[in-house]
Order: sequence, then structure tokens, then C-alpha cells
Amino acid sequence: MAYTIEVNQVKRTVDVDGDMPLLWVLRDELNLKGAKFGCGAALCGACTVHLGGQPVRSCIIPISAVGSTGIVTIEGMADDPIGKKLQTAWMELDVPQCGYCQAGQIMSAAHLLTRNPHPGDGDIDAAMAGNVCRCCSYLRIRAAIKKAASLRAAGVE
Amino acid sequence: MTIILATRARAGIRTADFSRSRRVFLKASAAAGGGLLLQAVLLPVIRGALAATPADQAAPLNAYIRIAPDGIVTIMSKNPEIGQGVKTMLPMVIAEELDVDWKNVRIEQAPLDERKFGRQFAGGSTATPLNYDPLRHVGAAGRQMLIAAAAQGWGVPPGECRSEAGTVSHPKSGRSASYGALAAKAASMRVPDLASVTLKEPKDFRIIGQPIPGVDNAKIVAGQPLFGIDVEVPGMLHAVFQKCPVFGGKVKSANVDALKALPGVHDAFIVRASEANPSSDPQGVADGVAVVAKNWWLASKAREKLEVVWDEGPVAAQSSSGFAANATRLAQQVPASYLRRDGDVATSLKDAAHVVEAAYAYPFLSHIDLEPQNCTAHFQDGKVVLWAPTQNPGPGAKLVAATLGITESDIAVNMTRVGGGFGRRLRNDYMAEAAWISKEVGAPVKLLWTRQDDMQHDFYRPAGFHFFKAGLNNGGKVIAFSDHFVTIGASGKPGDSATMDANEFPAQLVANLEYGQSVMESGIPTGPLRAPRSNALGFAFQSFIDELAHQAGEDPVDFRLALLGEPRALVNSTGKPDPLRDFNTGRMRDVLRKVAEISGWSDRRSLPQRTGKGVAFYFSHLGYFAEVVQASVATSGDVKIDHVWVVADVGSQIINPSGAEQQVQGAALDGLGQALGQAITIDRGRVAQANFDSVLPLRINQVPPVEVHFLTTQHPPTGLGEPALPPVIPALCNAIFAASGKRIRELPIDPQTLKV
Repeated sequence: MAYTIEVNQVKRTVDVDGDMPLLWVLRDELNLKGAKFGCGAALCGACTVHLGGQPVRSCIIPISAVGSTGIVTIEGMADDPIGKKLQTAWMELDVPQCGYCQAGQIMSAAHLLTRNPHPGDGDIDAAMAGNVCRCCSYLRIRAAIKKAASLRAAGVE
Repeated sequence: MTIILATRARAGIRTADFSRSRRVFLKASAAAGGGLLLQAVLLPVIRGALAATPADQAAPLNAYIRIAPDGIVTIMSKNPEIGQGVKTMLPMVIAEELDVDWKNVRIEQAPLDERKFGRQFAGGSTATPLNYDPLRHVGAAGRQMLIAAAAQGWGVPPGECRSEAGTVSHPKSGRSASYGALAAKAASMRVPDLASVTLKEPKDFRIIGQPIPGVDNAKIVAGQPLFGIDVEVPGMLHAVFQKCPVFGGKVKSANVDALKALPGVHDAFIVRASEANPSSDPQGVADGVAVVAKNWWLASKAREKLEVVWDEGPVAAQSSSGFAANATRLAQQVPASYLRRDGDVATSLKDAAHVVEAAYAYPFLSHIDLEPQNCTAHFQDGKVVLWAPTQNPGPGAKLVAATLGITESDIAVNMTRVGGGFGRRLRNDYMAEAAWISKEVGAPVKLLWTRQDDMQHDFYRPAGFHFFKAGLNNGGKVIAFSDHFVTIGASGKPGDSATMDANEFPAQLVANLEYGQSVMESGIPTGPLRAPRSNALGFAFQSFIDELAHQAGEDPVDFRLALLGEPRALVNSTGKPDPLRDFNTGRMRDVLRKVAEISGWSDRRSLPQRTGKGVAFYFSHLGYFAEVVQASVATSGDVKIDHVWVVADVGSQIINPSGAEQQVQGAALDGLGQALGQAITIDRGRVAQANFDSVLPLRINQVPPVEVHFLTTQHPPTGLGEPALPPVIPALCNAIFAASGKRIRELPIDPQTLKV
């Protein structure tokens, strides 16, 4: 059936089964490839997007459960003041190795910085423990979140 | 249109450290649009195989450089990028010697074309040792041609001209010209003798040695499509492929007609290895059922309704517990063969003041690449185009040719960025499957495995067992050492990556030493995992050596220093002296002493209760690594890793300090993750684990600081993707012993055994 969802502030209509996970709607129906498939069971966080401002694992959210709640994906992060700073910090600190998990990492980090402008290591670990980086770029992830927080505090646009 | 203007030049680059047979051919030509195109063909660089690299890695390799009239320099990256940073690092080397601004460098990913580019693969931490010196010469030759072009135009001697950041100048006359303006003329200059080109002094480096961020970072953080899973081809269908859970099992029957009737399903059919893999290549297509649908979700949903009757075959009789029991039984017997027998172990054990015996075991491991295996294939009119996240596209094309019965010239492979390799993607089974399915359905097909498929159909790090016995004299010196290595394989021979070297440390350092070997028959597919063999042997040997130090009552660092002895080269496994592959005890002593210094080793007695430091070293992939781990063991048995210190000697130059630190930290943390939470268990021929709830990747809340220190030495630069991994596991286990008094002899670490 037809579902109209709001993705990165744009209304999109897809004709799919109601149990199709949001991840596959984004990737295969809307050609937004940023959210990644890693486990299909909300265990790795590679598919993380924001639903109503909350980070969710899109691989287990059926499209029928989305309704009119706004979705933001990594493709929308450049238009988000926090997301933009995270992307800048990620590039400056050269966080990615293979890079596959990083979209999900940034989505989780964006939510963390929304709640907590100056997270410490413990806050970062608690917020980011659901996102696996198989290359183990974790030390850079921690540093980049702090860097983005400092860019924000300094009012860098 | 490219016109070859210059004749082929031939020159030998002399280096004391590699083979004398190195030759480089450099071609210069006018690039389309009026620039300079440099093509360098580098012939065999290291004869023979580096440990755990594809056997044919000594084939030619190439560099492609294009300088456009606007000064933009485009460098082709020929090897797969799997997160090891090669797409950034090798172009840095060329750009340095060419003397251009990094901001004017563009990198293009080359497709598979091994006639043009030579072997294209990612493995064995080989990119640096194979390419560093040759690519410097290629870049320098390009700079020399640009200088020659400028000098000729100005009518001045080239020796009076100099280059800087993409410009040639003649200080005496104050003239200067950009590389872009000189490029077309440079294409007609004589190609210099590569052996005689002048390289920069390392103190003048402006790119090499700088932390340069990865060239794809902007796309990665924006979520742009880069990876194999992101490929879109017009008219593409999506496939899943169900193989027998038991390795080698065959399809008897399947309800494919029922599946075909499901919504969105385009086709469902049985694939038989007898047809798709007539030569029974262990990396080729296995029996299974393909489900092809208009999107992947519908294919996956249809698969849930799949009912297959399997003929599970003989592997169904095999289990991890069976291997372990069999290994214990074999350990009571004389080894089936000996890898090495030095001196008289039996007599010296009788003479020993203390005899230490211990059995070590490690499990199968999956690579758990975060991007599940996938490939997109389009078969049409007898030809096939593939988009593959592979570490090893050349053998992939050969496999696809054999699968489809077509020639390699009818196969095109586009190399995508790879969402994690770790050795899994040196095998190309997913390419063969995608090609076969595309041919069957007559449309482009993206095949994507689930996490369960990925975890249950891997080429696993083989499980292995070591039964050690060593004798110490009254002075605490090791006078006898023996290992009975019980491994898995077929027909009495160890399987892929299930071997041990006769020269494994401490061979050549203990006069009475023997390594016996027995092989258990196994049908479990095995293959290289990051630092193959070393990732397991490091744990067993460096843990047991810690037991000996403890028995001798000596400091674990001092004990190891004494065992290493005076600086000298131990013979490598080829038997031929090679300054890079010979184990240099002096280099290892130096990293060991340094790691003791930076980790505060001598102050470890002041650590809190149930906190300890452990040390280990390992030489692999030409790199010398010594590591210290500090860990705390709670009374509940839970292990917390507090800190890791790594000291490495990988030669005279760290090319990209940012990437280098990432590789070392990543490898060390990878090893900790394996030790803490990863095992693949075989139960009745099938894998018991299916996802990240039973195989546990390391998570950020487990991650300690990892301090990395590189010793700069006078040796040629070598690679970093792998060699930091092996020592970290025994260093952790030795730290646990220091903290708790309990010795970890089996991986992964079981907190239950550490409970007070």
C-alpha cells in the first residue's frame, strides 16, 4: 500500500508492504544509500536514522509504524547545525577507516550533542555503545564528538 | 586519445633491501586534453611471497599519473580500498616526489585491469613495502621531466631550475612556470633513467610524514554511495541465496514453485554446484537456492517461506567439541610429523630443573565485515560486468570465468569501496554467485547476504591447539622447548591459514627445540584473517613464554630480552637471508625496551589490587611490535582493559601518521575484541552463531586509550594493516594473569574462570 513519509523535510510516497523496514524503503525505494545494512536486528547501529528527533535502528522499524513523524538521515545532516559540525570534525580528525559504519555513528552522535552539548567520555560511551565500528575507529569517534562540541561552543558555522 | 610519444625506458632501481631484480618501465605520453600522462610499470619487487599474501603478488604493478593543463594531478589508485588507507597513502608518495600541492591532487579508483596495473589486491600489509621506493622514483622522474621541459623552453641548464609545489622556477632569471603549463611539453621529454633520478631528502618532505585525511572522507560523512551494497544498475533485481547450513551440503529438493508465486518475486531456483562449480573449487559456488525479487526485502521475505530438503553430507559429523576432544587425544601420541627438531628435547627435559607444561586452544573466528558480502552482476550476451567489494578482484574474475564458462576478457570488474575486508574478501564466492544468478535470470542482479549468511558462510580463522612443554635450568634459562601443534586440514595437510612455520619464535634461540604437528580432518572452510596464523600463534607462544618467565621468577620483559639475546638476524622461513624477512632480534629488543619505558612497566607493582600489566611481542608482516596491556579483573570475573601501549618498528618513515595510527589502534582493538567476545562454534557441521548478539564486536564502552609509538630506524618502510594485532591478545592475557593469578589458555576469555 502507499505510505507517505517525511524524509529530510521532504514528503515522499512509496508503495510497499507495511512490514518493509524503513531502512529498505530508504535504500531501495528512495535511493538514499547513507543508512547501511549491517545486521538486520538492531545490533550494530549502521542503519541509524532519526525518527522524530530520536535515533532509531531503521532495519527493524516497519514503514507502517512511521506515520507522519519526520525522518532525518545522514543525507540531511549537512543542513543540521550539529550534524554539519560533526561532519567537519569527522573529516578533520580523519575518523573513517573503511567508513561503512560512520553514517550511523554520526546520527547517534548528533542526538547525543542535542541532549548534551559537552559530553564526557562516559556520556559518549553510553550514547554510542549501540554503534559498532568493525575497524575500531572508536578513539577518533570520541575525539571527533568532543571536537564538534567545541566547534559548536565556539560558534563556528 | 593518448599518443605514446616517448620510447619505453628501462632502468633498474637499486635497493639493498629488496630483490636485485627490480625493474621499472616508465612511459610518458600526451594526455587527452593536452597534459602529461605517466605510466610506470614496476616489475617484480619482492621475489617469493611475503607471509600470507597471494602467491602471485610479485607480479608487475603500475602507477598512472595525469597532469592536466590546469595543474590538477590525477593519480590512479589501483588497489582496493578496504579501510587500510591505501587510496590516500600511495598517491601521497607519488605527489611528494612529483612535488605538487596535495590540494591539487585527485584520486581515481582504477577498475580491474591487471595487464595494465599489475596485481590489484589488498592483503598482507604489502602496499608500503612493495610500493614506497618504486613510487618515489616514478614521482621523481615526472618532476625531472617537467624541469627538463621548462629548462629547454627557457634555454637554461636543468640544473639551474628547481621545483616547488607544482611550479618550476629558474631563480637566476626569475622565471617560473606551472606544471600545468609545462605538462604538454614534458610529455616529449626523454624519460629519465629511473635509477639515477634524484629523490628528495626526507627532511624536505612536505606530504610524506604529514597526517593526511582519507580522500573519500567527505563522501563517507555525507552518506554518499561508495560501497558495493550501494550500487544501482538500471533494471536491477535483488537476490538472496540460501546455502546449506552444513558446509558442503547439497540440495535434494526445494519448494521453489511456491516461492515464485509470492509477491514481488521474479524467480526462485535451485543452484547446483555440479553445474556452477564443476571443478569443486572451495571458493566457488555451493549448492543452494536463489530467490530473486524486485527488491531485497521481498526476496528476504520470500526466503522465510523457503523449504529445502538438504543432503547434509559428511561434514555434519564435525563439531568444535569433537575437534577439541580429538586434539587432546592426539596430544597423547607422537606427532604425525615434525616441522623442526633441534638438539635433544627429551634428554634436556630430563635434565631440566623445572618443566612447564600447558595446553592452549583458540577457536574459529569469523571476519564479521560490517558490510555483508554482496556483489552486483550483469550478464548479457555472453559477457558479464560486476561491481564488487573485493580485496582480490583478479582471482574473482578468474572464478567468475570458470563459473560461467566464459573467458576473462569477457568479464569487467568495477572495484567499489569495501566496507571491511580483514581477509574475508580475498575470497570471491559472492562474485561467482551473483554472476551465476544474473545469467540465470537474464537481468542485472544485486546479491546481498544477510548477517547470518555472512557469519555462517565464511572462510574462518582456523581453530588450533598447542601442547607445550619446556624445561628451565636452575638459572631460569630455557634449555628445552616443544610444541605439539594440532591443527585442522584435509588429507593430512593443514588447511588454509592453519599452518605453522618451522621458524616460529623461539626457534633458533633454544638449542633443544621441536615443533610437532598433527592434522585433524575437517570440512570447515578456512582462510586468512587479519595477521593470518600470527593472530593465533602470538597468543599461544607469547602466553606460554610468560608462563616460563613466571616459573623462572623473572620479570617478563627481562626474561624476553634474555631469550632474544644479542642483536642478530634469525633465518627466515625461505632459508635465504633477507634483511627484511629475517627476524632481527635487535629490532625486537628495542621495541620491547621502549614499550616497557613508556608503559611505566617498572612501576607496575604499585598498581591497585586485581590490576596488572602484561607484555608480549610479535614479528609479522615485516613489522616489529611490542605491546603492554593494563587490565583489571573484577571479583565477578569481568575484565576491564585500562590502557594499551604499542611500540612499533616499521622502518625509516611513517608515510601517513594519521592512517598509521588508525591501523595500529584498530588492529590492537580488533585483537582485544576477538579475545573478549568472539568465537565461531561448529555444531554438527554448521555454525552456531548468527549475529552480533553471539559474536561480540568490540564496542566503544570497552575501548581503552591506545598509545602508539613508532621507533624510527634505518630500515625500509613496511606495512601496518596487520602486525599490531598479534601481540595484543597475549599482552591482555598476561595482564589478566598479573591481576588475578589466573592463566588464560583458551580463547575467548571466559569471565566465569576468573571469578573469585
